[in-house]
Amino acid sequence: MAETPSPHAASDCCHDEERRDFLALTAGAMAGVGACCAAYPLIQSMNPAADVLALASTEVDLSQVKEGQSLTVVWRGKPVFIRRRTQAEINEARTAPMSDLKDPQKDEDRVKQSAFGGKDMPEWLVMVGVCTHLGCVPLGQKPTDPHGEFDGWFCPCHGSQYDSSGRIRKGPAPKNLEVPPYQFTDANHIKIG
Amino acid sequence: MSHGSPSSFKNPVINWIDTRLPIFTMLQKEYGTFPTPKNFNYLWSFGGIAMVMLTTMILTGIFLAMYYTPSTGHAFDSVERIMRDVNYGWLIRYIHMNGASLFFIAVYVHIFRGVYYGSYKAPRELLWILGVVILLLMMATAFMGYVLPWGQMSFWGATVITNLFSAIPVVGDKIVTWLWGGFSVDNPTLNRFFALHYLLPFVIFAVVFLHVAALHVSGSNNPTGIEPQTDKDTVPFHPYYTAKDCFALVLFLIFYALIVFYAPNALGDPDNYIPANPMVTPAHIVPEWYFLPFYAILRSFVWDIHIPFTSVVLISSKLGGVLLMFGSIVMLLLLPWLDRSKVRSAVFRPIYKKVFWLFVLDCLILGYIGGKPPEAPYVMIGQFATAFYFAFFLILSPLLPKYEKILPLPKSISEAVLKKS
Ligand code: FES
Repeated sequence: MAETPSPHAASDCCHDEERRDFLALTAGAMAGVGACCAAYPLIQSMNPAADVLALASTEVDLSQVKEGQSLTVVWRGKPVFIRRRTQAEINEARTAPMSDLKDPQKDEDRVKQSAFGGKDMPEWLVMVGVCTHLGCVPLGQKPTDPHGEFDGWFCPCHGSQYDSSGRIRKGPAPKNLEVPPYQFTDANHIKIG
Repeated sequence: MSHGSPSSFKNPVINWIDTRLPIFTMLQKEYGTFPTPKNFNYLWSFGGIAMVMLTTMILTGIFLAMYYTPSTGHAFDSVERIMRDVNYGWLIRYIHMNGASLFFIAVYVHIFRGVYYGSYKAPRELLWILGVVILLLMMATAFMGYVLPWGQMSFWGATVITNLFSAIPVVGDKIVTWLWGGFSVDNPTLNRFFALHYLLPFVIFAVVFLHVAALHVSGSNNPTGIEPQTDKDTVPFHPYYTAKDCFALVLFLIFYALIVFYAPNALGDPDNYIPANPMVTPAHIVPEWYFLPFYAILRSFVWDIHIPFTSVVLISSKLGGVLLMFGSIVMLLLLPWLDRSKVRSAVFRPIYKKVFWLFVLDCLILGYIGGKPPEAPYVMIGQFATAFYFAFFLILSPLLPKYEKILPLPKSISEAVLKKS
């Protein structure tokens, strides 16, 4: 091509070159879009599958749990801590000064207010029992477990301490223990998820 | 490679193949007559040893995969079946399990060798970077392999490490769910880890190929750090270094065999012989020994950094730890540009030589701290050791050359060798 003599050789070449650059660019861009489209279903396949999502709720019977006792149930493969708190624990959680909290949140916002039949349920604390640091299960469900300095839960992995409302008070964890979505289906049953 | 010219191997079959596909000419050139500095010490054998370890891992791994079941209900039992019922299953598994440790030993020696003799400096920067990529791939592979037996440490190690990604702002939790394929480490996680654990060694193999290809462009560094100038400075790779490397390899394999046969579980955690239980965290989660220094760096960051004069957390201690840990590898990647010294080898750098050994000691301290619970005084020691780790790369490497008096360099490799003898 370059050898073909042409009266407009100079202008032709440059004009052509620009066109070629443009073609290469658009072709490249199209190939990129195509590659992304092809990758999308592959990447998306690694997200939770339909059957995993279907297992996402659990019913719990609370009638056997007495004041000061705890229950651990499994929800989405994770432990959920259910604790029927004593009045002393509730008072302790409610009088803690907000300025002491790393992730400030009122105890009232962590339990069900006006749940079943418009009643408050401050004694029932329901939380995902997974440390917000790196995912260990904190100790404190059994009476013989260490409860940390704040009458709550203690994570043995890196020493995070949670208070009687499950809020982070000390240690490397950044957030309070997560409260999962749940409802009272009647006075003695909850549905998590 | 001679283009078009007939190959001259005695064996007619080899000749026939070589004229059509000159692999034998290539092998001859790259591993036979390849000119190699004549002053290697035994530290230069660890690259080849690492290669043998990679091959061993792939070979034993393929056979283990024939008997292993990647499912949360069966994984632990299938591993125990390999140990008790499969013919020589115990041997293959112990070779594979301890092979990971030995592979890391070889690679760590190989890396420290490079740091000591300045093997990362121009023109070998890309060669070095490919090496760091291999290290990263090895870490990912080893981590996923450790999850497969589905013991307590498998499960909780996987939980803690995958949770590191939740430190990423905004999308962190989404990424973790995506990695798990669920809402906790569970069957989908185990399945994909098995698939990737099988895949990644072959990726490593490919990167090793590039690593070696790059090495054969620049040629090897050597203990003097001076490039070979004449034929007097080099010897053909075969038989000189094939023989030397074989001897080193045999010693290494004896050490390996001692561990496999006499202390196969010494390097592992006994908790991993308890089946995984998502409801109970072991009292003390520790990664395998080869990750301990990085684990110590991760845990040394215990502060929240706030935007000044507000209570808004800019970098939480969790994110900070993760950044530091990945930063420790990034330091290795940047080392060719951080070190400003014109002289490669520590042999001629009296201060750097001392600093290097302090750095080695520092890595050992980090490893020790990584295995200890996060309590006083370990946390503090870990923080100082982390600070020194980064100071080595960010302060000492760039600044030392300004103040250091370099010892007189020999004119050539052969001069250096002759002077010694
Ligand atoms: S996982 Fe709980 S403190 Fe780190």
